[in-house]
Amino acid sequence: MTSVGGRGRAPSLAGINVSRRLLRAILPGLSLVLVLAGIAWMNSRAISYFGINLMLNLAIPVALATIAQMFVITVNDLDLSIGNFVSFVACVGATWLHDNPPLGIVVLAAAVGVYALMGALIYLRNIPSIVVTLGMLFVWQGLAILVLPKPGGKPSPWLHDLMNLHPPYVPFPIVAAIIIAAVVHVGVMQTSYGAILRGSGGNPAAIGRAGWSLLKTKVVMFGLAGVFGVFSGLALIGLTTSADANIGRGYTLLSIAGVILGGGEFVGGRVSPIGAVIGALTLTLAGTLLNFMRISPDWQVGAEGAILIIVLAARALINK
Amino acid sequence: MPERDSSNIVTLNGVEKSFGAVRALAGVDFVVGVGECVGLVGHNGAGKSTLMNILAGTLDADTGEIIVGDQPQRNYSVAQAHMVGIRCVFQELSLCPNLTVAENTRVLHRAIAGFGWRTRAGRLILNQLDEIFPGHGITTDSVVGDLPIGKRQMIEVARAFTITDAPLRLVILDEPTSSLDAHRAGQLLSYVRRIIANGASCILISHLLREVLEYSDRIVVMRDGKVVTADRAQGFTRDKLVAAMGATAVAKTRSSESSSVRRGTTPVRVQARPTAQTDGLDLVAHEGEIVGLAGLAGHGQTELLLSIFRAADRPRRGRFPHSNQANLSPEAQVGLASVAPERSVGGSEARSRVQVTDPVALIAGDRQSDGIFPLWSIAENIGIRSIAALRKGFLVSPEQESAFAQRWQERIKIRTPDLRNNILSLSGGNQQKALFARALGSEAKILLMDDPMRGVDVGTKMEVYELIRSEAAVGRTFLWYTTEMEELENCDHVYVFRNGRIVADLRRDELSEERVIQSSFEEVTAP
Repeated sequence: MTSVGGRGRAPSLAGINVSRRLLRAILPGLSLVLVLAGIAWMNSRAISYFGINLMLNLAIPVALATIAQMFVITVNDLDLSIGNFVSFVACVGATWLHDNPPLGIVVLAAAVGVYALMGALIYLRNIPSIVVTLGMLFVWQGLAILVLPKPGGKPSPWLHDLMNLHPPYVPFPIVAAIIIAAVVHVGVMQTSYGAILRGSGGNPAAIGRAGWSLLKTKVVMFGLAGVFGVFSGLALIGLTTSADANIGRGYTLLSIAGVILGGGEFVGGRVSPIGAVIGALTLTLAGTLLNFMRISPDWQVGAEGAILIIVLAARALINK
Repeated sequence: MPERDSSNIVTLNGVEKSFGAVRALAGVDFVVGVGECVGLVGHNGAGKSTLMNILAGTLDADTGEIIVGDQPQRNYSVAQAHMVGIRCVFQELSLCPNLTVAENTRVLHRAIAGFGWRTRAGRLILNQLDEIFPGHGITTDSVVGDLPIGKRQMIEVARAFTITDAPLRLVILDEPTSSLDAHRAGQLLSYVRRIIANGASCILISHLLREVLEYSDRIVVMRDGKVVTADRAQGFTRDKLVAAMGATAVAKTRSSESSSVRRGTTPVRVQARPTAQTDGLDLVAHEGEIVGLAGLAGHGQTELLLSIFRAADRPRRGRFPHSNQANLSPEAQVGLASVAPERSVGGSEARSRVQVTDPVALIAGDRQSDGIFPLWSIAENIGIRSIAALRKGFLVSPEQESAFAQRWQERIKIRTPDLRNNILSLSGGNQQKALFARALGSEAKILLMDDPMRGVDVGTKMEVYELIRSEAAVGRTFLWYTTEMEELENCDHVYVFRNGRIVADLRRDELSEERVIQSSFEEVTAP
């Protein structure tokens, strides 16, 4: 009697599901390998310790911003202000944090608090996150200009030293990417509260009915987004050695694209931290590849968009 | 009324709850004893679910008293309900589709945390599934969203019975068998009897009155937000229950009536062969027939309905390749659509052949995900299938749309003060009626029903059965997948499915519950 319930068909269906999931999981890595292969083919000298350092340096702040965006997307929201927030943090980091560290730390901590409050506001008043973060976009932009009206400033020496580490054998950007992906993967995908956080994106009602506070999950996720936004801004000025009020402007769309490229979905709590970091690396390297291919910068943004569409189309094909 | 009696697990006194102007509960007194299974029945909208939500802590009562054991509860919440041992399996599934089976188990248990939590959660749910549903075939690292609805319901039910730090004293089961086939439902209900023998209690809400009569110790009937009767289960019969619920139509079986149309005298409307079918047996439906698709849940019935739906969606000229061609009227042969679905399920060589002569409408089984447009009004939801007929020039005419919806509201009796209200303002049964109105109001001559009456109350069912029969009498064809025997009795012809194939072809006079069950379970030992 035990084979009742369509067992005859079950193994093949399960097999299809498993291989589909596997394909989906390796798709981000595959796109990264393809872009890397393209770069190696165009310019084999680029695949060296210093070449990779140079190409991937700026991927670190992008990866951090992408992780910040991923936290927000996990709970079915979207953060349109992350790029301007990164600019604001960079401006604070290049001025107050350098000149008056305690003040800088307080300001950055308060900025993270504002992010957490944004989460609370979105949950309590049931306002679309797009509206709230669109508003905050202008707030951060204005504050960044107030802090640093002209490009300039200087990062703290420790920040500069950290971002210019030269570990043996493996270039720093790769070490950093692995650490970021591993830490966030363990936190979100492996811990027991991480399951609750993701669940609150998958079926908020179910999480609420099990007695968990949805306000808390929202605040935690937006707070974490703020923390990683701060990391992103600081990493950025550690590399560029100065800041301006528009330094992180492209990050909003890059971070959304990175999350989606890495296998995340806009709704339903389906995200992957490892995929998101890989997505950020892929997008950064895609720019380099296009440079090597002598595609003029005017066309590069469009070409990056085309890469995104191709990968998403491949994913839709797998899901079918 | 035994108050503060420790032989009761919960006592509710004078509970009231209103949503805006709607009074959902008008002073309910309700008691569950230790080691007792209480059956709770009533129409959709009688207040059962609201009452259970209050008991589970997910809703606050406006007034009234909740006593657990002999402790009156203050600031009663979900966490508190869990602590005192009250669990609830909600009517709509409460699993997170993006999490695995083990992770969903963790969601219910705060105690499962720290190193190795995933393994512990997995073991907990697996043991429980093994105990309730032997041979369930579920692995704990499967993502819930990838599983069919029947398995999801099994997981949700099993999860409610898992125990960590808090005791288990009362489980509320709100339509727990709506997505389970008869075999799994039987396993669950006999498990419920076992835990009751061990001193736990249960509240069973089901629209399958047979289940309630058979498995409850006591039955409570609710109507219009009040308890109208409560008595030992032996004191009730099916008819008595239906009468107490105030069903608007009285149960009427057609088994005595002879089929009005003899098979083969009207043209064939649908001919379809499942992909896995190797012996040449076809599903055939004639004009004016109600054809039932029976068998255990998930054995290929829905897939066949969907392939019929797709075949009608992309009509191509073709011919019936099979034997029943003689039955076709010449007119029908002209407009034939012949489509072989591109995806062959299970990799079988045999391709499903489906022919459809007329427009088709599908009434989906999963109302929330495949049926309603949640942001639209009731009228828009009803009119969408007939939008071409409701046009004025290039635009949809709101007047025609609302007149159309009005007409169907009267015919099918959708209970709402205003059709411009959002569809979600309707109770579940009335939402389903709106979906029937959408399909019946369209030009479709063939209606495919994918077990659409899940969790719908008896009164609504009777009204819809009546409507289906009257529409069939004027020449419409119904293909009706259902897991309920009662519904098959409305059919002129029943095909029983097993493992994606048709295994029995029963005429109305051959139809009996034994025959259907027998065919559904035959050869289960064969590879």
